[in-house]
Amino acid sequence: MTDFFKLHFFVPLAAVLGLVVIAYVGVQANLQLLFGVVVPYMAVLIFIEGMVYRLIQWARSPVPFKIPTTGAQGKSLPWIERNLGEKLDNPEDTKHVVGRMALEVLAFRSLFRNTRTEMRKDPADPEGARLIYWSYKWLWLGAIAFHYAFLVVIIRHLRFFTEPVPGFIHLLDNVDGFFQFFVPVVYISGVVLLVAAGYLLLRRLLRPELRYISLAADYFPLFLILSIAITGILMRYFVKVDIVAVKELALGLATLKPKVVPGIGVIFYMHLFLVCVLIAYFPFSKLMHAPGVFLSPTRNMPGNNRWVLHVNPWNYPVKFHHYDEYEDRFREPMIEAGIPVEKEQ
Amino acid sequence: MSKGPKPAEILTGISYQPPPKGWMDVKPDFRPGTYCNLASPKWMEWIDYPFPASRSVAEDKWELPTDWKEIVLQGMEDRLSRFRSLKLFFDICVRCGACADKCHFFLGTGDPKNMPVLRAELMRSVYKRYFKPAGRLLGQVAGARDLTEDVIKEWFFYLHQCTICRRCSLFCPYGIDMAEMTILGREMLSSVGLSIDWALASVAQCYDKGSHIGATPQAFKDMVDFLAEENERITGITTQPSYNRKGAEVLFVMPSGDYFADPGTFTMMGYLLLFEYIGLDYTLSTYAAEGGNFGWFESHEMGKRLNAKIYAEAKRLGVKWILGGECGHMWRICNQYMPTWWGPVDFLEEPVSPITGTRFENAKVHKMVHISEFTADLIKHGKLKLDPQRNAHIKLTFHDSCNTSRGMGVFEEPRYIIKNVLPEGHFVEMPPNTIREKTFCCGSSSGINANENMELRMQGGLPRANAVRYVYEKYGVNHLGCICALDRATLPTLLGYWVPEVDVTGITELVGNALVFDEEIERTTDLRDRDLVGVAEAEEAEEAEEAAAAAAAAEEEE
Repeated sequence: MTDFFKLHFFVPLAAVLGLVVIAYVGVQANLQLLFGVVVPYMAVLIFIEGMVYRLIQWARSPVPFKIPTTGAQGKSLPWIERNLGEKLDNPEDTKHVVGRMALEVLAFRSLFRNTRTEMRKDPADPEGARLIYWSYKWLWLGAIAFHYAFLVVIIRHLRFFTEPVPGFIHLLDNVDGFFQFFVPVVYISGVVLLVAAGYLLLRRLLRPELRYISLAADYFPLFLILSIAITGILMRYFVKVDIVAVKELALGLATLKPKVVPGIGVIFYMHLFLVCVLIAYFPFSKLMHAPGVFLSPTRNMPGNNRWVLHVNPWNYPVKFHHYDEYEDRFREPMIEAGIPVEKEQ
Repeated sequence: MSKGPKPAEILTGISYQPPPKGWMDVKPDFRPGTYCNLASPKWMEWIDYPFPASRSVAEDKWELPTDWKEIVLQGMEDRLSRFRSLKLFFDICVRCGACADKCHFFLGTGDPKNMPVLRAELMRSVYKRYFKPAGRLLGQVAGARDLTEDVIKEWFFYLHQCTICRRCSLFCPYGIDMAEMTILGREMLSSVGLSIDWALASVAQCYDKGSHIGATPQAFKDMVDFLAEENERITGITTQPSYNRKGAEVLFVMPSGDYFADPGTFTMMGYLLLFEYIGLDYTLSTYAAEGGNFGWFESHEMGKRLNAKIYAEAKRLGVKWILGGECGHMWRICNQYMPTWWGPVDFLEEPVSPITGTRFENAKVHKMVHISEFTADLIKHGKLKLDPQRNAHIKLTFHDSCNTSRGMGVFEEPRYIIKNVLPEGHFVEMPPNTIREKTFCCGSSSGINANENMELRMQGGLPRANAVRYVYEKYGVNHLGCICALDRATLPTLLGYWVPEVDVTGITELVGNALVFDEEIERTTDLRDRDLVGVAEAEEAEEAEEAAAAAAAAEEEE
């Protein structure tokens, strides 16, 4: 275990455990107002302001060149046909850019392309080994399971913030709890979230090259999300809290009529505090890949440079070797070689 | 590579296990054979590059300007404000590692800092330290580190182990493009005097005389004239081009590699034959004698300074449009940057093929057509009489050049040409994960095709060579086709090392072989003076016939 790994793994681990302790101590000290009302509002404020700030920061820098990564045949001669997949991998116009982005955001298209390389030792090979590339979908599967599970969990939670609860949330609830085992019914999304996040953590730990590149900024959100999932699951299935009181608190927050509702177990405050930290941390972290992907110039620009002009706002004139100077220098040998010149002398 | 490790030593020596120490504590190992020399002051003075000095990579001290750190940080701030890409790519990487084993340099060296994610982190860590509050406050635990001389040396080392091929960017879920960061990083390096000699020599020569190889106008003309004579010797057809001719319809721009050295020269011969065949009204320019652009390997600005000549010359000569030869980075630059640098290009006309009448609508703003598009269109319209049997000695596989693949999207045009100039069954593809948009780089692009870093080049080219070996062994492939002059310059060396049985060829060379002229002399060889299939047999048969006739005559006499 390298010092580098220790630093980047244990510091965020300690930080998340510390957060749990803070919530625990806070509730023991009867700071429900702070942890149930003030911190959530602050977190949301920080999130909104941070997000706006970051987006403005990005938007302030222009995109000087049109640099899409072209992942398929570009628009060319009319008889060179391109299927829809190719048009989305190398979009020729805005419509196809939207399609490409949708595929990227909703289906993780680039990650779906993933391969894994293996150096296979083979004594029969003249050089003793060869490279083999496997299609490798596990990362894609883990990532997509993680993100969709998270999305379902978030939408499901809206039932705490709405009264009456909209129909689609009920519907989602029913689908999510389709496999009826355990009481209360187990939500698939929660299980998937936990398993997928666990996979994302384990691959970082078990694959040496990933352990080598992973930073505290990678472990911290994983620990945070895992601990949120774990406290949530504990609260739902094992350490029950007064769900009616929780909803009262949540509704109060949502309707801007916050009030402290007594009698909610400490595990709830741990859960809520971790969520607040995640929300507040979001705009200042790598989690900004979520809005960031929409701005990524290699994905959000069409490959139509040759027929739609892209303008660089800071384009400036550069010094170059002009033809006149060139001819002045080479006039004699050019004339001698029979190359036409502008001026005979 | 006479000195240095043998192929089997490189291959079996590669380990993808990272070293025990954390990456911030590992310094680059400047071992001869793995790095490019620092630029000589002479070239820097030619093109007004800052801080010219004689520097040696091997030395401990690199004679940096006293305020080098401020210059680099100022440069980073400046680029963050001018390139959204840089800011975004610094901010949104999640280090998922999808890019890690996609980089040919990682696969060939096993050095973890060649995983694109970590190569980017070499710069990102400095960004965090000086531009992000968390990095300023927390230092290493926030992934931040000070900009030191060791760090700048590390940048120099690893930013020249990236060939800007974008394979990582294809696989990145957010499209983070190491190529973009490498170019901007190299810009910062050259702002404190750290460029590589090979690239800068080419840049200076190109800036000064017109081409990377430093050919004067008369030398350029000599070289091309010689190739025209070669055409005449082999085919009996006169293919003399004109130079700097005003009023020509088309300006043809090619990379200097195509008239400088084998096997590029055979592609040049192919161009000349093709244009003669269709009677194209074209001219070459001694001033814009270089389509390639090593300047872009140093900075966007230097790229623009070299690229300037193409449109300027087209304007001066009054041509209608520009035709571009087979070149990878030239086309990436012409596609991604040229219209933006100089547009709108209203002194040229929307390109129309004078032979087929096809309007190249995909080039209507840009006014420049790719030779593969142009040729494919000619073939499609039945304008070329082709005899594929003249390429029957060639069993081909096609190397998609990274620049035209991931920086433009040219895949079908060259394949269409190949299928029309080769006999049935003479073209096979390499494994799908190594071609088209997933193609592997030659390992020597982006200005690092020097001699002093040969071991590194052979490592970087390993994945490409490995796939070539596969089709060589499985199908008996003996030629690797490409539409890139840097490929033609570097792949022969690479294949000579890994798969010596396979030669490298441009696609227009194959067209030149196959073109049937009405008034040509009997073709017995291809453009490389190699016997065509059947010719030796036919000669033998002829000789046997003659011998038989002589014997019969002798008999009669008796």
